[in-house]
Amino acid sequence: MNARIGNGGFARSFQIQVRVIWALLLREILTRYGRHNIGFLWLFVEPMLFTLGITALWTIAGLHHGSDLPITAFALTGYSTVLLWRNMPNRCVGSVLPNSALFYHRNVRIIDVFLSRIALEAIGATMSFVALAALFIYLEWMGPPEDALKVLQGWVLTAWFGAAFAMFLGALSEKSEIVEKLWHPTAYLLFPLSGAAYLVDALPKDFQDAVLWLPMVHGTEMVREGYFGSKIVAHYDIMYLVTCNMVLTLFALALERIVSRDFIPE
Amino acid sequence: MIELRDIRKTYHARSGPVDVLKGINLRVEKGEKIGIVGRNGAGKSTLIRLIGGIERPTSGTISQSMQISWPLAFTGAFQGTLTGIDNVRFICRIYGKPYEEVIDFVEDFSQLGRFLREPVKIYSSGMRARLAFAVSLMIDFDCYLIDEVVAVGDERFQQRSHHELFEVRRDRAIILVSHDANYMRLHCERAAVLDAGVLKQFETVDGAVHYHSEMMMS
Repeated sequence: MNARIGNGGFARSFQIQVRVIWALLLREILTRYGRHNIGFLWLFVEPMLFTLGITALWTIAGLHHGSDLPITAFALTGYSTVLLWRNMPNRCVGSVLPNSALFYHRNVRIIDVFLSRIALEAIGATMSFVALAALFIYLEWMGPPEDALKVLQGWVLTAWFGAAFAMFLGALSEKSEIVEKLWHPTAYLLFPLSGAAYLVDALPKDFQDAVLWLPMVHGTEMVREGYFGSKIVAHYDIMYLVTCNMVLTLFALALERIVSRDFIPE
Repeated sequence: MIELRDIRKTYHARSGPVDVLKGINLRVEKGEKIGIVGRNGAGKSTLIRLIGGIERPTSGTISQSMQISWPLAFTGAFQGTLTGIDNVRFICRIYGKPYEEVIDFVEDFSQLGRFLREPVKIYSSGMRARLAFAVSLMIDFDCYLIDEVVAVGDERFQQRSHHELFEVRRDRAIILVSHDANYMRLHCERAAVLDAGVLKQFETVDGAVHYHSEMMMS
């Protein structure tokens, strides 16, 4: 098969892809949030409201999470990380068919739709996390992170996981409608298991071994270790998370390739 | 230049595989105008969609050094909740065309007036088609794909479309699919007949049309 535009090399293809993703991103913002009231600010106000709600709930309920960490910081680091890996698949599952007409533009490919949506969710979740952290630190509800670089590392690896997961499920949902049906309950059930609402260290040993099979638990623990540092004992394995991400990315790209080849726009 | 080499396309229908195209070879040079005729279901639209990059062939290669349009006046590619202007902006971004350069043309050509700033979903089908035509012309394609005769809008609009496409852009290549022999004679230099997934090429449009009508008789 030939490249997108005749004799263009990699640089040209890359340029086109960036252009297309940018166009799709702006289009998505416009169709989702419009120009009414606060417009594209919803992009991160929406996840902020979620996080604030969870933070408030957990504070009131005095959630027993097995440590003496400030509940605000605990909720913020946990729930923001959930939003990061969960919203990407939410947006990619079933995203191909409604955008079918876009593929009449030869440079627009299924992967571009996925990547633009993934980028948008990553931006939204990150801005929400940063803005709320800044606000809470300012209000002195929590201290600044002990090791911001480690937080970033955990965040980026979680985003990578979310992106690969999103592309994989997005492509798979084109193959079978069951994926869309099953994804929502799965995402719902994964939330309490994902490490957002507990520290792995506080769990019984058998339970620890079980939850550490979930890649996102490693990301959440990494973010928490970066944030609380010496105050907690984090359990994670970077190599395990990276390996999961790489395998998932490989499968996601392969599946996208297959779906993209067979897809017939209306 | 566009070159199709041994293009095959198989669809997997419920009742089993359907071979729509069985080894198509075609070469279109810069500025050439080629017509394609064939009975209903012969695979003309499939061929156009493959050349337009909307679908991928099952096997074979398509190489091109020209920018090829989507099937002309295709109206489906608009987002209904966005305004005409926003849709134009989006397509400009995809093709890397500065919006300021084209908006005057689109406004003038589509004759949509203030409706250009309204959501496309409230447009009538005629308005949609006019916008689609304007958008197809605002990007500089080297080759235009036309699936069926472009009969959009009133007589005046048709004259303008004709002028823009066949006079202003007479140096561009065109691949035209049509049942209308006269239209094809008027606009194409040569033609090909698509029958049972095989493309038979003729030096002249008349040759192809003649072959096609004999085939239809038998």
